[in-house]
Order: sequence, then structure tokens, then C-alpha cells
Amino acid sequence: MRHLLSVLMENEPGALARVVGLFAQRGYNIESLTVAPTEDKTLSRMTLVTKGEDKVIEQITKQLNKLIEVVKVIDLTEGAHVERELMLIKVKAPTPVREEIKRTADIFRGQIIDVTPTSYTIQLTGTSDKLDAFIEALSGMQILEVARTGVSGVSRGEKLLLV
Amino acid sequence: MSEANQQPEMMSGGAMLIRALHDQGVKYVYGYPGGAVLHIYDAIHQQDKVEHILVRHEQAATHMADAYARATGKAGVVLVTSGPGATNAVTGIATAYMDSIPMVIITGQVMSHLIGDDAFQETDMMGISRPIVKHNMSVKNPADIPMMVKKAFYIAESGRPGPVVIDVPKDMTMPNGRFPYHYPTEVSLRSYNPVQKGHSGQIRKAANVLLSAKQPMIYSGGGIIMGDASNELRELAQLLGYPVTNTLMGLGGYPATDKQFVGMLGMHGTFEANNAMHHADVILALGARFDDRVTNNVKKFCPNATIIHVDIDPTSISKTIDSHIPIVGPVKPVIAELIEQIKASEQKPDAEALAAWWQQINEWRERKGGHYKTDNSGQIKPQQVVEAVWRLTKGDAYVTSDVGQHQMFAAQYYRFDKPYRWINSGGLGTMGFGLPAAMGVKLNFPEAEVVCVTGEGSIQMNIQELSTCKQYGLGVKILNLNNGYLGMVKQWQDMNYESRYSNSYMDSLPDFMKLAEAYGHIGITIRHIDELEAKLAEAFSYKDRLVFIDVIVDPTEHVYPMQVPMGKMNDMFLSKTERT
Repeated sequence: MRHLLSVLMENEPGALARVVGLFAQRGYNIESLTVAPTEDKTLSRMTLVTKGEDKVIEQITKQLNKLIEVVKVIDLTEGAHVERELMLIKVKAPTPVREEIKRTADIFRGQIIDVTPTSYTIQLTGTSDKLDAFIEALSGMQILEVARTGVSGVSRGEKLLLV
Repeated sequence: MSEANQQPEMMSGGAMLIRALHDQGVKYVYGYPGGAVLHIYDAIHQQDKVEHILVRHEQAATHMADAYARATGKAGVVLVTSGPGATNAVTGIATAYMDSIPMVIITGQVMSHLIGDDAFQETDMMGISRPIVKHNMSVKNPADIPMMVKKAFYIAESGRPGPVVIDVPKDMTMPNGRFPYHYPTEVSLRSYNPVQKGHSGQIRKAANVLLSAKQPMIYSGGGIIMGDASNELRELAQLLGYPVTNTLMGLGGYPATDKQFVGMLGMHGTFEANNAMHHADVILALGARFDDRVTNNVKKFCPNATIIHVDIDPTSISKTIDSHIPIVGPVKPVIAELIEQIKASEQKPDAEALAAWWQQINEWRERKGGHYKTDNSGQIKPQQVVEAVWRLTKGDAYVTSDVGQHQMFAAQYYRFDKPYRWINSGGLGTMGFGLPAAMGVKLNFPEAEVVCVTGEGSIQMNIQELSTCKQYGLGVKILNLNNGYLGMVKQWQDMNYESRYSNSYMDSLPDFMKLAEAYGHIGITIRHIDELEAKLAEAFSYKDRLVFIDVIVDPTEHVYPMQVPMGKMNDMFLSKTERT
């Protein structure tokens, strides 16, 4: 159901709009989307999380491939892969709960990257599930802001996504 | 010639654009000037190789270019200004996109530094056109223009064809600009490599399945025309002796007068074609996309069929109907390889099964399900008009159409034996397409007979082009099947809304004869069946003149057969009182 698609495309203005437009026009879901240039400045790499029946995912993959600026598409979830998402979460940290928040962050291997007398901003990296679990663990606290990057991923081992 | 030592010619962006079109082999550009493209128009004025055709509305320019492409397989070229010029072209771009027609549309844009400022006649054409083009691009540097033109044609014409927009900010075409001109001979894109042939293993599988079929059908679409594969299709069908049906877009891909042709299929397909599809055990789909106007209810579609689907576009395969043997590739080489495999195979088609299958099909044929009936009222049936024109033109005219009942009558009753002759807006269903399309064909094939089959609704959507016809001497024949109603809307209202004719009656129609005369053409009105043949003959005797033939037809006529909504392929209404 859940699929992680990696898309290698020309790093040109408008390419991102084409991908987003495609999903909107054809009624496909986007759970998260992240995009940035690669080590080769002429290429961008996008990672998309989408949900759908196999038939829909097959259409999405084909439609992405059909876009002129898309160089290659792979479905990372078809094979062994690693995926990570980064989250910045700002929580209210008054004295009575400051220690507890820090302990929870430690347990999740989060880092406190900004501190004020009344708040912490914690950086946490992991799978989306882990990030969700952390938010859940802080449910007793007052969460002020959450910013997540969306999922990025690569295949395990020798398998590469190259031109 | 020592090209290598020669200094490249220095030119402005506007001049390079027109020169590049010429070097691409373009003869005509269809368009309309305006502020953002004035430098380009000035460049046109200063040369005599590329001729500009001035329409009266940008939509007509797109349809002219589109029809040229449909008649030749080569991309037509449109030039319009920014803002309203570009948005007026949108319908025509979408029309071409839906039917996979190659086209290059050059749209003007405001100066680069004004983009995003809501400048005069600014519109985000890159954004507006994105969902209805194969690709679009914006010029960032005048020096790139020749390469961009080359790319645009390459993308438009290769693979599954489609329209490509080049958005040109005005400052890219400044007359004082000087850039070295060089037109590339080829172009390659790492991210775009259309497939050149089919998978041989899959083709072998397909050959085996085809040869084992007992009740086979060949279902071919517009891909046969745009893929230039009608000769291959004919050879394959005749080698196997199997029945062939064409989609609306595929008419002419297989000769309609051949005995193996069972007619068009789908919503208004023949009784025999829809029945044969429903009962088929093997369907070979060639350059067709199982459109909803073909399949009817996908859940009830051809329950016994093993489906072999050949298409150049992988997204067409298993999109609506699952394919058992998918073959991605251009139809021409795939069919050629299929023919080889079949010839090489020891297996032959099952003659006994095939004889029984043909007997069944011929029984369906003889029933003449959905054929129109004549009466003694003297009123003209629209189908009779199309048949009369077919006889008069010996089945050899280019026929363009608008959208509605007349379009279906033309598709059903003008029997196309050649590809590239039937020119209609199938996918988008664009009213107003017919006249500009006929103009595009006539301009490029001045010796050919070009007939626009239309209705009094559709023709008024681009009637202003009668003026363009006068300017360029385009002697097309306009066959206006005038029933006073938006016929197809009325038919649906008859069938589904208890004949409540909400806005489908056209009051205050012009006198089309006088209108044609006002534009300097000939107008003929035909009212009675007895005068039909003679007056048509008269109309077609004016060789180089535009003749507007206004034929008053029976307003109560419906298009049959018509598939029953949500039913099987062969669930059809055959007349107002009969259904299968």
C-alpha cells in the first residue's frame, strides 16, 4: 500500500511543478515529498511517499517516467532500502517537565538544538514511525511546532539510482 | 563546402526562430500577431520562406496546424501572442493533446523582467499549458532558440506524439540581438528515449495466442494512423483472415470497404463490431487505448477475451483494461515483427473455427442493427447526406468534422479506405474544430476535395474563419447538417430527460446562404430529398470555391446504435424502440 518512489530528474525550473501537477491532475495521493539537487548539479532527486493499490502505483510510476524531464524512477519499497525523515519539534519546557523532555529525547536519540528558558527545539531523525512515536511520547507536553522534512531513502547495498 | 571554417551567420532571436522553422522544413505557420510577438512578426516579414497564415481567432490557428498534422503525420506550427492570444490557443492545444497530435505552439510572453508582475497581457502559459502538453519550455537565452525548436519538434513528433509549447519572452527576440545561428541536425535527451521496437519475446507470445484464437478480433486505433502502420495492419489482418474494427480515431487505418472490416466499435459502433468484441476470445489492440467511449462498463468488458495490447505509451497499457500480453513499442515495427513470427510459425489459424466465427459475424451484419430508415416525407435524413457525399467524392475526400450527431453520422457512413483522411476531435470533443481543420488540410492539399461535416451549432463556434478562407482562397465544402438543435444534446435529453430540451434549441439561426455570400463565398440550401443529389453535385462542381451547403435535415433523428450506459459492449439501443 505505502510506496516510496525515488525520482531522478533534470534540475530545471518547472520540473517539480510537473510532478506535483501530475499528482493533482490524476488524483494520486502524496503523503510526503522531498526534493533537492544531487552531487551532480544538473540532477535533482525527489523522494515521494504515496499510497495506493498496485495498479495505481504502476500508473504513477509510468506517468512519472513519461514526463520529459524525469530521467529515472524506482520504487524503493520493492526491495531492501533504508529511509529516514528529519523532524524539528519545538515544545514548551517549563521547569517541572524540562528533565522529562530531555530524557525522552535521549531515549529517542534526539538532540536538543535550541534552548530558551521556556522551550526546547529537538531534532530527531528516523523512520516516519519513529517520529510519530516520539510525538506520541510527548503527548503530555505542550507541543508548539512541528516541522518534518518528508521521507528520503536509498536502496541497500550495491543497488543504485543513476542516470 | 568548408562549413567548419565558415563563420556562423549572426541573427536576432526572432530571426533565428523563423529560420529554425524553415530549416525544420516548415512551410506554414498559423497565427495571430500581438504585442509580445511583434519582433517575431517583423522577422517573418523580412523573409519569404516561411509563410504565415492569418486566422481570425487563435483557436482556429491551432486547429489548422492540428489538421495538417493529422493529414501528414508531421507537426503543425502555431504562433500567438501572450495573454489572450495564448489562452485562446488553449482549447486547440488540449484538442491535440487528447488525440496525440504533434504540434509546436510558439506563444509570446512579456519581457523576462516583467514576468510575475501582472504585466499587460501577461499570463502564466507555462502553468496553464502544463496539463495539456507533452512538454513545454521557456526561452531563457536567445542563443538557445535553434536548439529549443529542434527539441520541440523532436519531442512533438517522436514516441507518442503531442503538442509542445515554446514560451518566448519578448526580450528574447529583440531585433538588435546578434547570436550565432546554427540549426542542429539531431538532438538527444538523456531523460527521453522513446522505445524503438517491441519486446520480441512478447511478440512471439502474442503470435502464438493469435494463432490459437477461435473468435479473434483486431481492434485498432489512432495509433495506426499516427504510427503510419496501415499497410502493416492490412497485411497482418489479411494474412490471418481475422475481422478488424476501428475506433473513431482509427477510421481509415483499415479500408472500410474491405470485407474483413466490421465497422467502428464503441458507443456508436456497429451492431456487428460490438457483438464481435463482446464474444471475442482474443483481442489484438493496436494503437488504441480502451477509452470509455469504446469499452462501456469496464467491469463487463469482453469477459472471455485474452487481450494483447500494443501501444507506444506504457501508461496506456492496463490503464482501464488489464492486458494479458502487453507490448510497448511503435505499432509499425511491432506489427511487422508479428507478421514475421506468424509466417515463421508452423501453426496456422484454425480455419474451421474462423469459418464459424465469420458466419456468426455475417449474421450480425445482416441484421443491420441500428441502421437508419427512410420514409416518404421528403425530409432528408442526415445519414443520407453523408452517404451521398461519399458517393459523390468516390470515398476519397478529406473529411473533417465538428462534434455531435453529424460527427457520428460522418464516422458511420463515410467509408474511409485510406488513413489520414478522417480528421475529427475524438478525445476532447471540440466543437468549432471542423472548419479550421478543413482549412488546414485544403491549404496543404489544394488539389484535394476537403469536406467539413458540421452542424448549425458547431459551425458557429468558428464561423469567423469564413473570412480567412476568402483571404487564402480555401475552397473547402462545408456540409451543414442543419436540424435546428444541438442534436447530440437533444438526443441525450430525449433518452434521459424525458425530452426536456434545456438549451438545446438554436433559435435565431442566420441565413447561412446569405452569410456565406456576405463573406464572398457560395451558399446553397437543400431542403427536400429530391434535390439532394443534384444540389450536392452542383456544390462540388465549384472546384476552387468555398461552398456552404446548408442541408435542412430531420430534427428527430438519433444516432444508433448507442450503447446502453454501464452495460456490456453489446448492450445497445438500435432505434427509439429497439434494444438488444
